[in-house]
Amino acid sequence: MSNAGPSTGSRSFLSRLWDGDEIARIVTFLFAATVVLITVLLVLQLWHDSSLPRHKFGLSFFVTRVWDPIAEQFGALPFIYGTLFTAAVALLLAVPLGLGSAIFLAELAPQKISDTLQFFIDLLAAVPSVIYGLLGMFVVVPVMRVYIQPALKHSLGFLPLFQGPAFGVGFLTAGIVLAIMVIPYIISVSREVLLSVPRDQREAALALGATRWESTWKVVVPFARTGIMGSIFLALARALGETMAVTMVIGNTPTISASLFSPGYSIAAVIANELTEATGEVYFQSLVELGLVLFLVTFILNGLARLMMVLTTQKGSGMGQV
Amino acid sequence: MKRLTGMLLVVLALGGFVLAQNALLINGAGATFPTPIYSKWFDTYHKANANIQINYQSVGSGAGIKQATDGTVDFGASDGPMNDEQLKAYSDKHGFALLHFPTVLGAVVPTYNIAGVSASLNFTPEVLAGIFLGRITKWNDPAIAGANKGVNLPAEDIVVVHRSDGSGTTYVFTDYLAKVSADWKDKVGKGTSVNWPVGLGGKGNEGVTGLVKQTPNSLGYVELIYAVKNNVSYGAVKNASGIFLKADLAGVSEAAAGAAREMPDDFRVSITNAPGKKAYPISSFTWLLIPAKFSDTAKRDALKSFLKWALTDGQKDAEELSYAKLPKEVVAKELKAINSIQ
Repeated sequence: MSNAGPSTGSRSFLSRLWDGDEIARIVTFLFAATVVLITVLLVLQLWHDSSLPRHKFGLSFFVTRVWDPIAEQFGALPFIYGTLFTAAVALLLAVPLGLGSAIFLAELAPQKISDTLQFFIDLLAAVPSVIYGLLGMFVVVPVMRVYIQPALKHSLGFLPLFQGPAFGVGFLTAGIVLAIMVIPYIISVSREVLLSVPRDQREAALALGATRWESTWKVVVPFARTGIMGSIFLALARALGETMAVTMVIGNTPTISASLFSPGYSIAAVIANELTEATGEVYFQSLVELGLVLFLVTFILNGLARLMMVLTTQKGSGMGQV
Repeated sequence: MKRLTGMLLVVLALGGFVLAQNALLINGAGATFPTPIYSKWFDTYHKANANIQINYQSVGSGAGIKQATDGTVDFGASDGPMNDEQLKAYSDKHGFALLHFPTVLGAVVPTYNIAGVSASLNFTPEVLAGIFLGRITKWNDPAIAGANKGVNLPAEDIVVVHRSDGSGTTYVFTDYLAKVSADWKDKVGKGTSVNWPVGLGGKGNEGVTGLVKQTPNSLGYVELIYAVKNNVSYGAVKNASGIFLKADLAGVSEAAAGAAREMPDDFRVSITNAPGKKAYPISSFTWLLIPAKFSDTAKRDALKSFLKWALTDGQKDAEELSYAKLPKEVVAKELKAINSIQ
């Protein structure tokens, strides 16, 4: 109770309660606790509802490649692979584009253009994911199949990344659609963070003889590093959990392949596709266990994010937290 | 003021009680395939019997069976018959059986997109099983060319498309493949969701059609009604009597009539690859799952009379919505079975 505010100390609990400060404290604490409680209950429910496959398959669930509802053999590996692979492709495409746009909007563009473009970016972030899925299916997939995939195959076909038949659907297409969906998040948050870097940092750099770009890239961006990383992990969270847009463009085939052209599957997509018609307890509970696995993957990645932010903050970038 | 509020509450409570006595609400959930005709039936029946309201949620056959077993709905609906395990789970839980009543018929057709081929292709059971097993990989394979003399099939890889979501359509199609190919039965089996050896997955009939339309040299399977309403080109399939038939409502009803002679009493029958010259081989019933015993006699009587109506007068609505009608032998058998509901 030592940092509770000015009315602590020798006064009794009841008199503090009467004051209103304590009530506010208790009520807001309960609200915060509710969020934690919901998360815990969610995990408990997932754990409880996946008891059959956990006992039947144990840890082999994580490494089995087979997903056979008839033989009741279930394995999560192709879905974990698909989820991580598409998220990685999405981030590889979205981060440079997003960060570059944010730098332009925050540092290099006139105020009016920056605000107008930000409006459009917010609009893009608000589009429902089913629309992105339709856009993916009817626009991106044909373009991929007819132009982009053959071109990549022709020029870079010697790499295992670009081998195999070009269907149009697959990991690359899903990654591209996901990138389009997460870029607005990266731009919005990074732009805010860059704008809030104190002017004296920029001015100090310029005063020392740095060019405009040097001051941006070598001083401002590193200063805002933790905020930018926060935006990237926000984008990653969306990319990992995205369901409808992914299921329309990924090909829905549980395969593990190094090729970007190969069709694949993600955890969210398979749950959305198969849960309502899952007959049989083991089948149903295996899908629930996949949900638990996705939660675990997100949790681990977020943990790593926090760890990275803590480690880089200690190097004295100036901003402790965003 | 307080007295007024009190009186108002009492009046409302009584009023609610009275109203509740008049309208009978029956809840059902299950298969998505027959939703259009069920919606129409429940609506028409309600108009004719204003005190009976039947509410149906199309959540999928799996969820329908689950909810019927849990007892959260009064009746279920499924595109695939329940297996013995599921029936036992139901009767263990409730102490009486869950009865199957076929309501309408549907069929599955093979749809394809081959550059330069506009003719209607013929598919033999061996070809279909071979393609979906990944054994037949090119369109100009001798097995396909043999059934389609005169058609210029390209030497291209076949892009197989199947359903990614669990569905009754998949159940019917895999049931047919399991009957005509021992290999398929062994390696893959039949179900609403299976471990497909090859192919891309599309979500829903729309997803499969979308993928087939966009991807050259592809082959998929969709519901007949869907193919008809969306002008999808589909091929003919060889039936058990050796005749290549393109699916239509008459052919589907024929398949049911053919199977009607040997229909088991619980109506859990698969009518794929049915005997009969005019029978379309990839056809199926869709069932309503009704408990054998009701504790609420009002609900029981309402459902019984609804069923009798749906199996007789209701069948008129089937063809407009592109479902095939039940053959009269099956209807007669079902009407008898309805009397066994207590």
